[in-house]
Amino acid sequence: MEHIRTPKVENVRLVDRISSKKAALGTLYLTATHVIFVETAPDARKETWILHSQIATIEKQATTATGCPLLIRCKNFQLLQLVIPQERDCHDVYISLIRLARPVKYEELYCFSFNPKLDREEREQGWMLIDLSEEYKRMGLPNNYWQLSDMNREYRVCDSYPTELYVPKLATAHIIVGSSKFRSRRRFPALSYYYKDNHASICRSSQPLSGFSARCLEDEQMLQAIRKANPGSDFIYVVDTRPKLNAMANRAAGKGYENEDNYSNIKFQFIGIENIHVMRSSLQKMLEVCELKSPSMSDFLWGLENSGWLRHIKAIMDAGVFIAKAVSEEGASVLVHCSDGWDRTAQVCSVASLLVDPHYRTLQGFMVLIEKDWISFGHKFTHRYGNLDGDPREISPVIDQFLECVWQLMEQFPCAFEFNERFLIHIQHHIYSCQFGNFLCNSQKERQELKIQERTYSLWAYLWKNRADYLNPLFRADHSQTWGILHLPTAPCNFMFWNGMYNRFEKGLQPRQSVTDYLMAVKEETQQLEEELEALEERLEKIQKVQLNRTKVKSKQSEPSKHSGFSTSDNSTANTPQDYSGNVNSFPSRSPSQGDEDSALILTQDNLKSSDPDLSANSDQESGVEDLSCRSPSGGECAPGEDSGRDRDSDEAVFLAA
Amino acid sequence: MEFAELIRTGQAQAELLRGPEEPPLRGTLCITGHHLLLSPEPQATPDLWLLLLRNVDSIEKRVAGDSGTITLRCKDLRVLQLDIDGVEATLDIARSIEALSSLESVITSFPFFYRPKGLRLGDAWHFHPPECYYKRVARETNAWRLSEANEDFSLCPSYPRAVIVPRAVDDSALARSARFRQGGRFPVLSYYHAPSGTVLLRAGQPLTGPQKRRCSEDEELLRGVLAGARPGARGFIVDTRSPQAAKQARMTGGGTEAKAAYPGWKRLHRPLERGRPLQESFVHLVEACGDVEQSMDRWLNRLESCRWLSHVKETLSTACLAAQSMEQEGACVLVHGADGTDSTLLITSLAQLILDPLSRTMAGFQELIEREWIQAGHPFQLRCAHSAFSHARPKHEAPTFLLFLDCVWQLGRQFPLSLEFGEGMLLALFDHAYASPFGTFLCNNEKERCLCEVRTRTHSLWSGLSQPKEQRKLRNPLYVPNPLAIWPSAEPQSLRLWQGLFLRGTRPPEPSEVAWEKVWQIVTDQEKTEGSQPTDSASEPRP
Repeated sequence: MEHIRTPKVENVRLVDRISSKKAALGTLYLTATHVIFVETAPDARKETWILHSQIATIEKQATTATGCPLLIRCKNFQLLQLVIPQERDCHDVYISLIRLARPVKYEELYCFSFNPKLDREEREQGWMLIDLSEEYKRMGLPNNYWQLSDMNREYRVCDSYPTELYVPKLATAHIIVGSSKFRSRRRFPALSYYYKDNHASICRSSQPLSGFSARCLEDEQMLQAIRKANPGSDFIYVVDTRPKLNAMANRAAGKGYENEDNYSNIKFQFIGIENIHVMRSSLQKMLEVCELKSPSMSDFLWGLENSGWLRHIKAIMDAGVFIAKAVSEEGASVLVHCSDGWDRTAQVCSVASLLVDPHYRTLQGFMVLIEKDWISFGHKFTHRYGNLDGDPREISPVIDQFLECVWQLMEQFPCAFEFNERFLIHIQHHIYSCQFGNFLCNSQKERQELKIQERTYSLWAYLWKNRADYLNPLFRADHSQTWGILHLPTAPCNFMFWNGMYNRFEKGLQPRQSVTDYLMAVKEETQQLEEELEALEERLEKIQKVQLNRTKVKSKQSEPSKHSGFSTSDNSTANTPQDYSGNVNSFPSRSPSQGDEDSALILTQDNLKSSDPDLSANSDQESGVEDLSCRSPSGGECAPGEDSGRDRDSDEAVFLAA
Repeated sequence: MEFAELIRTGQAQAELLRGPEEPPLRGTLCITGHHLLLSPEPQATPDLWLLLLRNVDSIEKRVAGDSGTITLRCKDLRVLQLDIDGVEATLDIARSIEALSSLESVITSFPFFYRPKGLRLGDAWHFHPPECYYKRVARETNAWRLSEANEDFSLCPSYPRAVIVPRAVDDSALARSARFRQGGRFPVLSYYHAPSGTVLLRAGQPLTGPQKRRCSEDEELLRGVLAGARPGARGFIVDTRSPQAAKQARMTGGGTEAKAAYPGWKRLHRPLERGRPLQESFVHLVEACGDVEQSMDRWLNRLESCRWLSHVKETLSTACLAAQSMEQEGACVLVHGADGTDSTLLITSLAQLILDPLSRTMAGFQELIEREWIQAGHPFQLRCAHSAFSHARPKHEAPTFLLFLDCVWQLGRQFPLSLEFGEGMLLALFDHAYASPFGTFLCNNEKERCLCEVRTRTHSLWSGLSQPKEQRKLRNPLYVPNPLAIWPSAEPQSLRLWQGLFLRGTRPPEPSEVAWEKVWQIVTDQEKTEGSQPTDSASEPRP
């Protein structure tokens, strides 16, 4: 590729951040898609893979006696410190990466070259896995109050909205168009979530162009229509997620917020979530704290406080809790907006939906939620996550914050989510990786123009195929505590620093044993044992039936004394290979790692390597952790897995001989 | 002793609030010599609600109209509210609780009256004395002996009757070394690390004083330790005070080992907080945790300034240092601070958990606490007289044992499969250390326990905890024996507030209990399946 100045540098050292004395010697490769560091240690050729799209910043530091240090910070919070012997090589690598990490057009992104060797049909099926029209149906729509609107066909009203939108039945085309003209970027109020049980809804929009005194009759009618779509309540909440000061400042620019006097029966509420610039610098400050070398507890806590990160997370959660309560307890509908209605509004609507509706806490429901509130409603992924070279002031960790809110919830309610922490981490990774097409572009319209679905693969299908890795063994769908509405305690002492995300490549800082993995292994083992048991019982029954029949037949012909001798010889004929394999086929192959055969995407080993976010980790297991593999189901002990066929065979033989 | 004179009222009607999301309980309130009882009205649950008065840390009363409210803040960090009918009744009950909860006499305390069904007095008391541990050591090495020089507690009142010392040192030398150590606490064996042949010792500070006195028997003892380990072995003295504090201690007759006097030993200072500052840290943390209205910034600020997590970090990293010196450097380690009864025990017990797989089992952990805390003379009676809510001016209180439990909790969080006991065990130990129907944590040392006849007249906590119905709460179903050392990360990012304890008063316990149930269910499902025999289950119903 023309941007790679030097494809390979030898004798590069990868510095361990925790103990800077240790450094691994190896060779650095630059490819069209990855930076790869391969250790030259003779025993283990450990590899570290970094996608170009993950690179956030590259810093060339002052040359020392040992070489020229290069610091690569990644968007998935990996930090790579390389020391390159020759200054000239370092410069070449630096210049190449600067260019490679900032592609100028979509076609340069990894997803357009990533090919998991699936045929067209499989790819299309992958894209069909998450279907929003099914989701609205699940909510109970359309119904007497809400209808699917075709106003935005061909993006005629709002180019950052999807074409399929639900609006109140009372909202006529005239009202919708009028309202859209009175809203920033014409993002008129539309339905985000409908709560079947009491008809309350969560709607979203952008800010009104009210300035100091402007009014819009159609917009007022629009809000009234939303209110009337909920017969259970005589008012709606309008939640402006911005700090009041920001909203007021917007008035001077002809934007602003709803005047309670102009709208009938609204209750207006500010919830101070800061803007994307504050969030960007907050994350920056927190990551600086994470980068500190052996900080004291005070350094760390002070830095955490100073970054304001957890304050922002709490603000988003508070907003979500407010809306969830309004909808589920007061039965009132809520209209949420911020400025443009695609950042804070997306965060808050999705947190509230998670709290209210347990479906979003399942694996598939969570993908639907992201598809609905983020992807379809025009969250600007390309701008926010810097996938293309662009304005750095547009970059902000908006969805990262949402994922963290989910994690905080998971910590408080260990049994409420079907998925585990790894699921969130891998989604975060792929939002930045650009390996799949889901998060490309800034709106549905752009994605359609780029023909994303025809040219790239869907992450959801990939995650679904590997869902065994993402399950939370503690999930209890049956429990009232976890299945209903989550009542989240929001006192600040309940919030934690997410070590598993922000320090996830510092293996030394992570718990050394995983409860999730252990329990999943135990569960799988149990399941396999149960299946074996079932199969054996089935077989036994069959044999006994045969035996019984024969005995009956035989007993008519001969003396009972011959019985035992006959039946044992008959047993051996019953145990024919055909009979056995037939039995095997009748076992449902429930091992989740194999996936559903119909919808499975088969990825080759090579592709798996680059697509598994954990494999790019520079793993460092120095501590005394017992090898868990002996406990895992594929380990020796119970010997299921691929060998299970043979084992079962011999087991059975023994059992029958007995 | 008669409690009747302290009980001002027999009973009253009251409603009890037990914290977030628990339904209130209404019924008749009663006070006995040791308990507050609430007998719910017939339609409510038939169970009697019971609170050990010794558990009350602070009491607050308010009257309005013809009723009153009493807020009880308990030593186990729970907060209870009683709404009582009648002003007089409220005041009488409050006064009675105040009087009865602050009784200081040991032998009239509840453990001396507690006679539960199914337990026999004297059970489980003889499980863990140093003699048992010595048997384990003697199997590995001949360099140590069990000395009964302290048979009558004359050498050291805070040591048990028997201690493990180098074989080369005789009892008279021990007596002289005892005179040279604070509180008579001469260096004794705490843990023998068989794989490296090194030992962990603990002691009180040497009484060098301003004149820099020396004691040849004490020096001989430590020389004997190195000689017993292996030729050319080195040792580290981990002093849990700063170099300045250790130097300052000389002015009051204490001090630290002079380099020249102890060849082969190298002194390391790892200052750990103790005494009143530690108690204040605990009080401030609990205060901060109780405030649910504060902003995030204020909370983080208070979490930082109370310094509790800093203490956890320093304690863990010092314990790791001691353990590392033994396992990796092959050095012997002597730990002491001033008295050798607080931060010293913190380090020696944690180092053992890190190194010794046996101490991570249910029985081993109980043995560790018995040996390294109770028998080793941690003054529980003084340290745990009050918890975090008490308004009484702290005298000798310090949550050293709680700090130990917190560190163990952090270990368990980082190695969730390597401890046989769960969070429930740590919580139970915290509760019982501050207020308990069992005698295990009574008194300050063995000598006092002998005087009070604790072992013959009260029940042991260990037999209480071994009841089958307790097991689900206490055991860790995920436990897989791990023969290796477990090295925790003591970096701030890896440490967390122990929510299960410190947020007890403000957070509903259900979500974590539900999770714990589920963990048990998954594991027992597997055991059931593994245990089932296809032949039996299939053939049994057949004729």
